[in-house]
Amino acid sequence: MSFDIALIADSIPKMLAGFAMTFQLWLLSAVLGLALAVILLIMRISGRWYLAAPTMAYIYIFRGTPILVQIFIIYYGLPQLEFVRESILWPVLREPFGCAIIALTLNTGAYVSEILRGGVLGVDRGLKEAGAALGLSVSQRFIHITTPIAIRLCLPAYSNDVISLMKSTALASTITLLDMMGIARTIVAETYAPYEIFISLMVIYLFLTWIIQRSFGWTEKRMSRHVRSEV
Amino acid sequence: MSDTDRETIILLENVDKFFGDFQALKNVSLSVKKGERVVVCGPSGSGKSTLIRCINRLEEHNSGKIVVNGHELTGDVADIDAVRSEVGMVFQSFNLFPHLTVVKNLMLAPRLVRKSSKAEAHDMAMRYLERVKIPEQADKYPSQLSGGQQQRVAIARALCMNPLIMLFDEPTSALDPEMISEVLEVMTDLARDGMTMIVVTHEMGFARSVADNMVFMDNGEIVEANPPLEFFDNPKNERTKLFLSQILTH
Repeated sequence: MSFDIALIADSIPKMLAGFAMTFQLWLLSAVLGLALAVILLIMRISGRWYLAAPTMAYIYIFRGTPILVQIFIIYYGLPQLEFVRESILWPVLREPFGCAIIALTLNTGAYVSEILRGGVLGVDRGLKEAGAALGLSVSQRFIHITTPIAIRLCLPAYSNDVISLMKSTALASTITLLDMMGIARTIVAETYAPYEIFISLMVIYLFLTWIIQRSFGWTEKRMSRHVRSEV
Repeated sequence: MSDTDRETIILLENVDKFFGDFQALKNVSLSVKKGERVVVCGPSGSGKSTLIRCINRLEEHNSGKIVVNGHELTGDVADIDAVRSEVGMVFQSFNLFPHLTVVKNLMLAPRLVRKSSKAEAHDMAMRYLERVKIPEQADKYPSQLSGGQQQRVAIARALCMNPLIMLFDEPTSALDPEMISEVLEVMTDLARDGMTMIVVTHEMGFARSVADNMVFMDNGEIVEANPPLEFFDNPKNERTKLFLSQILTH
């Protein structure tokens, strides 16, 4: 098998032209997903069954089904419904970009809310009691004690999800979006050189993952100032 | 000041507390006067910790009456908050906030609950750190301190709320032996200044020198309550005698 270096040199810039799309898909759904996750978390730990039960069902459904199926249902399925076409969300749902963002957000939100819950449950009960004994209200304890400690506990698992979300953006290419994966597929269809193109694409994704990993590593280190003496 | 002039600041009447089927407190009655130092002792699982945790509502009692400085503890959040801001607590496991420096541990509650300014809270924090003799540790994180230092920080943190009452839940049980005395010293100091204190501890030397009243608990009941001289030298109840012989012989 020959390996066409010139083709790689030629196609990497083309694929990088899709980087903006990949980056937007990733960043928007990461931010919206995190916001959704916080809402889900608060509902889940509210202690009220009518908030917790729907949250649990939601998380079960979105963690329990393939994200590709979720993307297809939102992109191909929802427009079939009359009321969706008439709703205010139609301008978003009509576009593949909007559908991809919605699907990725809903999916990552479900995972991240469970990650956050793990962090919150990991906070030592004694610390919350100390806060209560000092006269802090429930919300003051949650904001000033539970949250900062839980964030530190969550970071490793959360960085995992952020990386996984970045890779999931490639699925948006299945609904016509020209992200890096979409462009790569177009080039492969034209040149029939899957090895060169997809391997180059892998290298680009690996580089992005490396950047995300490093940023989280740095954040973790910063947030662990207080335990460094023990390490 | 004679005993009769003093007003009662903590009152427990016929308090019961259940954890599921297990009864942790059985018909407990206790009254503590302002400035009084009470030491609670007894075997593990006897309800000592539960007793003091009911006083600031970290545990909710099932029946009976608890009144702290005029506030009866019911489900009323305002009363609970009022009581908690007047009652300081020191835990066996210190429970310092690991993500905050020592001085910020001390400033948190005054800032949030008392709405003190940053400067006020900082000044007060430093004053109490000096009082527990570790002002030089102000900017360290709790994990960088020894157990004895952490517990002294925890005492200072409680004092920053200017409490009328201090509760100590086995404050020296998690400490290495060489660090116990530095914590007891701070507590003795506090007692000398007239703080109302309820201390759950097995440190009988401390109890003897500081306590106005000894309370012995077993199986969720107050078995015997007497001033230290009588309690140590002339215990009435068999269970008290047994406990004292076990704890004082080694």
